[in-house]
Amino acid sequence: MTLNRSNLCWLALALITAGYLLFWALLLGATAAYSTPDSWLKVLMSPEIRHATWLSLVTCSLAAGFALLLAVPVGYLMSRREFRGKSWLDAALDIPIILPPLVVGLCLLIFFQTRIGKVIEMAIPFTYQVSGVVLAQFVVAAAFAIRTMRGTFQHLSARPEDVALTLGCTRFQALWHVALPAARRGMVAAFCIAWARSLGEFGPILVFAGATRMKTEVLPTTVWLELSVGNLEAAVAVSLFMVLLAVLVLVVVRATGEKV
Amino acid sequence: MIQLEQLTWKVAGRTILADVTVAIPANTYAVLMGSTGCGKTTLLEILCGLRKPTSGRVLLDGVDVTHLEPRERGIGYVPQDLALFPGLRVREQIGFAPKLRGVAPEELNQRVNRLAEQFGITHLLNRLPDLLSGGEKQRVALARALAAQPKLLLLDEPLSALDESMRAEAVSLLQRVQSEHELTVLHVTHSSSEAAALGHLHLRMAGGRLEIDSKV
Repeated sequence: MTLNRSNLCWLALALITAGYLLFWALLLGATAAYSTPDSWLKVLMSPEIRHATWLSLVTCSLAAGFALLLAVPVGYLMSRREFRGKSWLDAALDIPIILPPLVVGLCLLIFFQTRIGKVIEMAIPFTYQVSGVVLAQFVVAAAFAIRTMRGTFQHLSARPEDVALTLGCTRFQALWHVALPAARRGMVAAFCIAWARSLGEFGPILVFAGATRMKTEVLPTTVWLELSVGNLEAAVAVSLFMVLLAVLVLVVVRATGEKV
Repeated sequence: MIQLEQLTWKVAGRTILADVTVAIPANTYAVLMGSTGCGKTTLLEILCGLRKPTSGRVLLDGVDVTHLEPRERGIGYVPQDLALFPGLRVREQIGFAPKLRGVAPEELNQRVNRLAEQFGITHLLNRLPDLLSGGEKQRVALARALAAQPKLLLLDEPLSALDESMRAEAVSLLQRVQSEHELTVLHVTHSSSEAAALGHLHLRMAGGRLEIDSKV
């Protein structure tokens, strides 16, 4: 193959991509080489980190589940209905994505000091509680789940739902019997994306739920706590474990055919 | 009988349908022709209640249904892309409307089997839509619409995806279905031969207006 101008252009673009991926491979490789698998295992088996792992898995699953419950109706509304102010609502739904994470935590903390917040806390205590961890993860993860579900419904033709309406369905029944079964891959993707996002959440949890060992400590908090006492080996082991979980989620999302 | 009275549809300042007035007698096979984008599909969508007209009325057997929901009109609709439900097997597609109406499982099965037999798709009952050919999909879509026992059937270019050899077969199937189920059919097509073979009443849409085509 001769290297004409077009091929040179593609080669340059491929080199840029390869360079970026190489940079990431070097980052992860250096982190992995910092300690040995034996020491990772030892760290991961300690009671504090097992607790943090268990809490992360539970809270991420709850937050992702709640995010999906919200994302399906909101995504359906945003993809199927035209109304005045839709573009403003669209932008508003993305606010949690662009807000600095610490600000999200601060907003939660301040809200639960207001009268409404205190009334809610009388029923379910959130501040510095495990439920607070779930809420902090949910508020950010939901925005990503909504984006995914909106995209999923936009890619699905509305025509089968229209036909379902003529066959006797109400709009809700058309959503339930026709749109949701068709959107199940997107729902899996939205759940996984929300789950992965929740797993990496740190700022809002630190501010709103705290970083109490064996209570509100999740994996990102562990990395921060271990770093703060100079235990780099433990921080590395937990970080690598989180990388592994993130890769697993990415594989599942890719298997559904959706894009992150 | 379908009566459209001064039906108008405007969108973004453009008039797509202008004072459309027509009466289609019961048990008639009406074909509607017109250039692409002239408003044929919009008219079908207004008829079955998926769009609300800007003004005018839709009457079915003398009853004003203009403000009724699609599910309350008793109209079957087969869109151009057939819109089979993804993830539902042929049996579930055909049984969709009867099941929704609470038809007993035994009767539902009988109705599905009867329609499947009539359309020659009994061997496809357990298949998913992705595994059907264009002709098979068209038969499933028709059977699904008829399972709801509509009085009026709206067909939006239902044969456009079929090749010539299958089209002749589909035309005779539609004729048979219309007479056996005593349906009033409004069939949108671009094909003059299809219109000539099927239509008792020929309608033509141009410039947002609907006229009875006396040339056919």
